[in-house]
Amino acid sequence: MSKNPPPLFRNPVVRWLDERLPLFSMLRKEYIDYPTPRNVNYFWSFGAIATLMLLLMIATGLMLAMQYTPHVDMAFSSVQRIMRDVNYGWLLRTIHMNGASMFFFAVYIHLYRGMYYGSYKKPRELLWILGVLIFLLMMATAFTGYVLPWGQMSYWAATVITNLFSAIPWIGEDIVQFLWGGFSVDNPTLNRFFVLHFLLPFVIVAVVVLHVAALHVPGSNNPDGIEVKSKRDTLPFHPYITSKDSLALIVFGIGYAVIVFYAPNYLNHPDNAIPANPLSTPEHIVPEWYFLPFYAILRAIPNKLLGVIALFGGVAILFFLPFLDRSKVRSCRYRPLYRWFLWLFVVDAVFLGWLGSKPAEEPYILWARLATAYYFGFFLVITPVLGIVERPRPLPVSISEPVLKTASRPRAS
Amino acid sequence: MPASSKPLPFPPAERRDFLGLLAASTGAVGAAALAWPMLDSMNPAKDVLALASIEVDLSPMEVGQSITVKWRGKPVFIRYRSEEEIQQAERTDWQSLRDPQSDAERVKNSAFIVVVGICTHLGCVPLGQKDTSERGAYGGWFCPCHGSYYDGSGRARQGPAPKNLVVPPYDFIDDTTIRIG
Repeated sequence: MSKNPPPLFRNPVVRWLDERLPLFSMLRKEYIDYPTPRNVNYFWSFGAIATLMLLLMIATGLMLAMQYTPHVDMAFSSVQRIMRDVNYGWLLRTIHMNGASMFFFAVYIHLYRGMYYGSYKKPRELLWILGVLIFLLMMATAFTGYVLPWGQMSYWAATVITNLFSAIPWIGEDIVQFLWGGFSVDNPTLNRFFVLHFLLPFVIVAVVVLHVAALHVPGSNNPDGIEVKSKRDTLPFHPYITSKDSLALIVFGIGYAVIVFYAPNYLNHPDNAIPANPLSTPEHIVPEWYFLPFYAILRAIPNKLLGVIALFGGVAILFFLPFLDRSKVRSCRYRPLYRWFLWLFVVDAVFLGWLGSKPAEEPYILWARLATAYYFGFFLVITPVLGIVERPRPLPVSISEPVLKTASRPRAS
Repeated sequence: MPASSKPLPFPPAERRDFLGLLAASTGAVGAAALAWPMLDSMNPAKDVLALASIEVDLSPMEVGQSITVKWRGKPVFIRYRSEEEIQQAERTDWQSLRDPQSDAERVKNSAFIVVVGICTHLGCVPLGQKDTSERGAYGGWFCPCHGSYYDGSGRARQGPAPKNLVVPPYDFIDDTTIRIG
């Protein structure tokens, strides 16, 4: 640190505060000056979108929690009361309920962005792992939240998902009773799920802080996947990236608003409008769309324990991606083979999602098995092998080089 | 530190280190002792455990009828089986099943099959309690969640269910009344 840093802030109050607790300096460094590669595209906006979704979910969730009653006799009607009697309750709940879908949508694109442009590779492995951890925490939060309205789908989702742990040999049954606090999903379960659903988002906030801190050590990746070489390669975060992210956020928000105001129940299941009944399972139970690919993996495997292992493995394998991919080239722009296998992986994941929404019968089971084989084959075979055998295309010298070349062309003619 | 000086080697273990370790491990034991009550508080409470037995009068049931009663928050299926259904359950080559059990092991009175109506795969309630509901190829119960089939003795026959439907602890307290739990 230099002896006399120049006073960054003209306002004497801000300066007084900042000399004692350098919050303003920190925010300025990380959110105004932060040098961002000048070639980032709109895929890079989904991190900001996801962050704002998290904050929106916490804000609306706090308001809903003030009206909700976590008791088996009152939960369902307290949600109906929110929808009918509480001022703007319908709006808060619709924003919150569909917000989960929008949050997952943003995070799935964010995750795919990381895969396509190799953002998980050295030196950003830990950044990626923290991101997968956030994804895992989001799944737990979404699941516990889905149980709270205590409709039929809520109840049976809670039953099926907690029963996944009964597949663990020897101690599985005890673990499930521990999770339930009883012999079935009941009041103790609902009560603790409410507490967890309230707690976990703040844990996510903490991991997001670590995620951003880990991002700001090496800086953002970019569509070329090459290192920043000089100041010409970057732009300050504000106003360049903030304005770009704002536009992305507005477009995203329009789509979100269309769902909230015109199709608030499109992603919902009619069965969840029936109060929970422990004696009758709905004919066709499916999870929310964002869990469908993993649900299809579970059902593709005819053995209970192996099915559960595959389900969790489908998420856990993401943690190991930085170590499975040995290719030095980050961006798929310069990986002519891997790019197609990655696109096929996206098609495969969407196909698995569609299969997860279908009943557990042929031909869907066979297709789900093939799609599951590709899902794991992509990570365990294709990624490591292509990292060795693929011949990548030549990388540009620097981020700014293609930009400046284009800019100088008219002058040259 | 001057650039030339080497880093100091670790000092040898001393009595003071032992005291430090001792203090730390006492703290760890204390933390674990507090963690257990916190975790155990999430296990089924005494009032939950207390609600553990019910009596069911079977006298109004007719042959072929199925009823569902609630025990420990779970559905219990009771089916008054016909002679044909009993024959079928007893004649099954049970040694080759995935969870081998004879029908005799699973009933107290072969006319009544009593099982917990929770699929052993992931806990859905199987269909088959109504005359009109789908019972699958084995004439027992069918779980639509993930496609498990049970026979008339509640044994897992097809699909992902690893175990037979659980037979709850019960006794006939007279000819037509059972106590479950």
